[in-house]
Parts: sequence; C-alpha cells; structure tokens
Amino acid sequence: MEHYNMNLTLKVWKQKNNKAKGAFETYKVSGISSEMSFLEMFDVLNEQLVAENKEPIAFDHDCREGICGMCSMYINGRAHGPWHQTTTCQLHMREYKDGDTIVVEPWRANSFPVIKDLVVDRSAFDRIVAAGGYISVNTGNAQDANCLPVDKQRADESFAAATCIGCGACVAACPNTSAMLFVSAKVSHLALLPQGEPERKSRAVNMIHQMDTEDFGSCTNIGACEAECPKGISLENIARLNREYLGAMFSGSKEA
Amino acid sequence: MSLTGLFLILFLIVHCYINAQIFYNDGGVRFNEAAHFMGTNFVIRTVELGLFAFLILHIVQGLLLWAKNRSRRSVGYTVSAGNKTSPWYSRSMALLGTLVLLFLIVHLSKFWGPNRLSQTTGHGELPLYNMMKEEFSNMWVVVIYLCGCFALAWHLVHGFYSAFQTLGMGTHRYKGLIKGTGVAFAIIVPIIFALMPIAFYLQWIA
Repeated sequence: MEHYNMNLTLKVWKQKNNKAKGAFETYKVSGISSEMSFLEMFDVLNEQLVAENKEPIAFDHDCREGICGMCSMYINGRAHGPWHQTTTCQLHMREYKDGDTIVVEPWRANSFPVIKDLVVDRSAFDRIVAAGGYISVNTGNAQDANCLPVDKQRADESFAAATCIGCGACVAACPNTSAMLFVSAKVSHLALLPQGEPERKSRAVNMIHQMDTEDFGSCTNIGACEAECPKGISLENIARLNREYLGAMFSGSKEA
Repeated sequence: MSLTGLFLILFLIVHCYINAQIFYNDGGVRFNEAAHFMGTNFVIRTVELGLFAFLILHIVQGLLLWAKNRSRRSVGYTVSAGNKTSPWYSRSMALLGTLVLLFLIVHLSKFWGPNRLSQTTGHGELPLYNMMKEEFSNMWVVVIYLCGCFALAWHLVHGFYSAFQTLGMGTHRYKGLIKGTGVAFAIIVPIIFALMPIAFYLQWIA
C-alpha cells in the first residue's frame, strides 16, 4: 500500500478525574504517517502537547501487539475503531484520509468509571474473575498428561473462549452495558475442560452473582458485543453460560 | 422474558390458526364455530387467565429490563455505532413492544372486550365474524391493524431467536435453525394476520 502523510482533527474526551465533568477538546495533528498505528498517532499528539507545555492525553496501552486488552478507545462510535477483530493498537492510520475528523471517547459504562481522559477502571472484571475463574489443583507431583483426555472439539472451543483478553469492548459496545460475553468466555474456557469440572457449578453462580453486584446491565441478545470483540468471542458462549447457570440453579448450587 | 415470550408465541399460533378459518370464505360458519369453542370452553377460558398473567408479566419484565439497562450508562456516547454492529430491531424491542401493546389495547377493545362483557352480562356471545366485517370496512382500522402486524413482525424477528438463546439453545448446531425458523415465523404469522383485515376491506371474503 502506498505510503502517505495526513493532517487530522481529533476530538478527544478530556476528564480530570472520576468526579470531574468531562468535555471534548479539539486537537490538530499533522504529518501523520499512514503506516503508524492509532496509538502511535496519539504518541505524536502527546509529544506535541508536552512540547507546548500542555497536559498530554491519558490513555491505556501496554503490549501494543493486540493481546493485552489495555487500549480502550471508542473511535467514531466503534470500540477499538472500525476494523473487525482488531484492538486500537492494531488499527492503522491507513484507515484514515487527510483532513478526517476523528472522535475518541472512553468506554462508557457506569461499571467502568473514567479514571482520567480515556482511561477507565475495569477492575470490575478482575473481581468477576476472582469470584470463580480458578480451578483446584492438588499439590505434589504433576500428573501424567494422558490421564486427563480432552476431546479435540472441546479443547478448541475452550481455547477460543480463552482468547478473551478482558478488554471490555463487549461492555462498551453493548447498548445495555452487559458483561455477559466476557463472563461467558471466562466460564466457558474452564467449563469445557476436565480441570474446570470440580467448581463448574459454583463458578457459574458466583461469577454471575459478582457480575450483578458490579451493576452491569442485562443481556438482551443484541449481539453488538460479538461484532466488536477483538478476539471474535462467539455468542455461543453466552448460550453456554446460560446453560451452565440454569443447570447450577436446578441442582441447587448456592453462591459461595 | 424468554419463557413468557415463548408462551405468547404459542398463543400467536393458536390465535392465527383459529382466525385463519375466515379464509374458507363460508360466511364465517367455521370461524364462528371455532370462536364459540374458544369463547366457551372451560379449559380455554382458564388458560386465557394464564395468558393475561403472562402478557402482563412479559410487559412488566420488559419495562423493568429497559429501565435497568438504560440506567447503566449515565454518560452516553457522542458518536454511536448505529446499525454497524447490531440490527435496529434488536435494540428497539421496548419500542416495538410498546407499539404492539398500543395495538393490543385497540384490538381487545374492539373484539375480545365487548364479547366477554356481553357474555358475562348474560347477553351471550357476539357475532364476531360480522363484527370483523364491519370493523374492517373502515380503512383507518385496517391501517392500525397493519401497523400492529408490522411492529409484531420485527418484535418477533429478534424475540423468537432471543428466547431460545436465553435458554441456552443458541449453539452452533441449532443457532441457524432457530434464527431461520424465527425469521420465517416472524414473516408468515404477521402476514396471515395482516391478510385478515385486508381480505375484508377488499371484499375477497364476504
């Protein structure tokens, strides 16, 4: 693809802290290479702001290779921008043309309060995982791997669910701010394996309970989460979570 | 939402089947027979009470769900994804449901209400077939009915699939079947309902 440079107008959400009322601020950036990633474009803007003695824009990022789930920008109405199954760090500037205006907002959900500018607090996800995303492993010597046979299809489905990076795009994209896709991925990846069997029922009940405690909205099967998930987590996981939960409730599993 | 919705879907099948008797074009003989059975049979009348309970439960659950989900994003997005990430009807179930409810109020006040009132006050059943003929000679009544069927159709496109997904049946094996059946149901049933006022208005049936 032909390389080109572009000048852009950015409307970015600025918010001092959790309590402050935020507002959009308009910035101009010039000479942005089409080969830069979206975050690199933000780096250029921030260097420019620092040079001008202005406060840089706070945004989350870590690995910049699409696997950590930190970069959480809502770009022109889309979680992680317009590319399918892509995180913000993997969105490249060749998507945009010279003169474009880009609106960048933080994830918006009451369960993900804004910490500063584009950085939101996603610790609700950590608390959900802590409520049930674990397995029992006996101490002592490791068992022979062949004593726990795993069906190939289940292994594949479990792996597909385990690719969830907990970025929160599902919550951000959901009109209801439901966390069901995230919780379903976490429950599925353990429920499908023999290692996850001992806590299988209490896990579904406890993680759902924690999800409700965190005040996420309820799933109405709209499907925007699946469309925006950078890892392509399927709605089939939500169906599985519903089965796991119903099964646990009918067998009388209580919250721990 | 799911269980009450599925019950209402079952009701639609029965209601559609009974009313489709008018298409025999026999002056309402078969339709009146079926309507008489539905209006006087003890079992059916008991189930009717359950139907109302489920209908009200479905409405109350729906409104609570709508209010809860709306309250979870205090600061909304300035730019929204619109139809790029989800179909409009899936996001508009509360609106579509309200339209169906408004239609239901008109509909029940025209047929079910007066008929049951007449029955309970000892005046016997009303001639429903003739009432349909009369009501559906009015173009505006026909328009209201067509709007009701339109809202119902879109409500069903999402609702049918969603009910099964909530019960955990949206697996890769059955998802296509459920979605396909849902869309077929959401097209066929409202069209049969819509054909009833049209058929009377255009005098396809006498």
